[in-house]
Amino acid sequence: MSLFSKQNMEALKTPLGMNNPVTVQVLGICSALAVTAQLEPAIVMGLSVTVIVAMANVIISLLRNTIPNRIRIIVQLVVVAALVTIVSEFLKAFAYDVSVQLSVYVGLIITNCILMGRLEAFAMANGPWASFLDGIGNGLGYAKILVIVAFFRELLGSGCLFGYQVIPQWCYDHGYINNGLMLMPPAALIIVACIIWYQRARHTELQEEQN
Amino acid sequence: MNTNKNSYTFIYASVMVIIVAFLLAFVSSLLKPMQEKNIELDKKKQVLAALNIFEKDAEAAYAKYVKADQLLDAQGNVAAETGGFAVANAAVGEQLPLYVCEVEGETKYVVPLYGAGLWGPIWGYVALNADKQTIYGTYFAHASETPGLGAEITNRDKFQVPFIGKKAVDGEGNVVISVVKFGKVKDETVEVDGISGGTITSNGVDAMLKNSLGFYKPFLTKGACAAKACEAAQCAADSACVESVPAAKIEVVNQ
Repeated sequence: MSLFSKQNMEALKTPLGMNNPVTVQVLGICSALAVTAQLEPAIVMGLSVTVIVAMANVIISLLRNTIPNRIRIIVQLVVVAALVTIVSEFLKAFAYDVSVQLSVYVGLIITNCILMGRLEAFAMANGPWASFLDGIGNGLGYAKILVIVAFFRELLGSGCLFGYQVIPQWCYDHGYINNGLMLMPPAALIIVACIIWYQRARHTELQEEQN
Repeated sequence: MNTNKNSYTFIYASVMVIIVAFLLAFVSSLLKPMQEKNIELDKKKQVLAALNIFEKDAEAAYAKYVKADQLLDAQGNVAAETGGFAVANAAVGEQLPLYVCEVEGETKYVVPLYGAGLWGPIWGYVALNADKQTIYGTYFAHASETPGLGAEITNRDKFQVPFIGKKAVDGEGNVVISVVKFGKVKDETVEVDGISGGTITSNGVDAMLKNSLGFYKPFLTKGACAAKACEAAQCAADSACVESVPAAKIEVVNQ
């Protein structure tokens, strides 16, 4: 099987759209609420998850035939936790500013259900290369939703993008007020729901059959 | 090979745990020196940020502006000329570190702060002018406050700059600076706007300032011009005081 066979490319591409981890698989919602109040942490979190999912997928895929079935979840968890800890240690040593930025999110990566979901659903049954692509694809698919949600939350919640004011002062002078709800976690749920609604309305094959 | 056997499961788990433990311990001890250096450098940057200094080479800037990292005793006297830097902010109160700095020929005192936000610890530094009352600059940081709300205490222009020039401590050493609800500032000289939507973190900053600066009361009142027992020796060092001291006494000091 060639490296970029149709099957492999599908593992990479479908998570970006038709098999998106957040909107279709409904994984990783919790962290999507936590880190999307601003664009910057959303992007950092998206990229970190991408790297960790890809690495964890490869490792679990390599080990998949040796892992005892009854403790496979624990093995996956240990691999993910060890990876996250090591990456965070390296960041602290070589990119301290980034590690300060990530602070709480590093811990959140371990609990991100996308990781366990992909390890269990894909890496346990596929080769390392396909698993790697699947990890990258799912990470980016997750990052994409995070960025969309964070864009709306930051714009409507604080009138900024990447911390820079984009809604001009005269709007505020004429009575425009930032929407405080947008900065609260429920706003992320509402936006994610709107994205899911839009996606399912456009792609009717995603809808369940009516009884 | 039967991977479902109990013995296999036990051996697999044990070996995995030992390997991972060794790996983590190895990585941790390998990187420790570099991490500690980074943490030290970061602390220096924070002290400099309170002095409104953002030079690229923090190491050199720190050496240039910070003249001493003293340790004070409970009476506000200098107990040690160095060693203040090694004290973690969390331990302020048990020990009293004080950074004596010189910016453009003027003495500034930087006091470390430590308190509680909504989700975790918050900390910072406040730089006071030579009068030990007005604020020259502030720096605040947090471990895990909500982005866009409480975490805005790190926003320099929005939250930290408004502190500059306000009165932190009155002549009796009472902490007068307060963080109030956003838009409710009544007395411009001692009140700063909090963050709307980040009330608990804002209150945390308020409590942190009152608490941490409170530890320094003996030091802050020492040589304060409002106090009647203002000794000539202390006043002479403080140019604002000189006028209030009888001329004869100044001569004595000058000898």
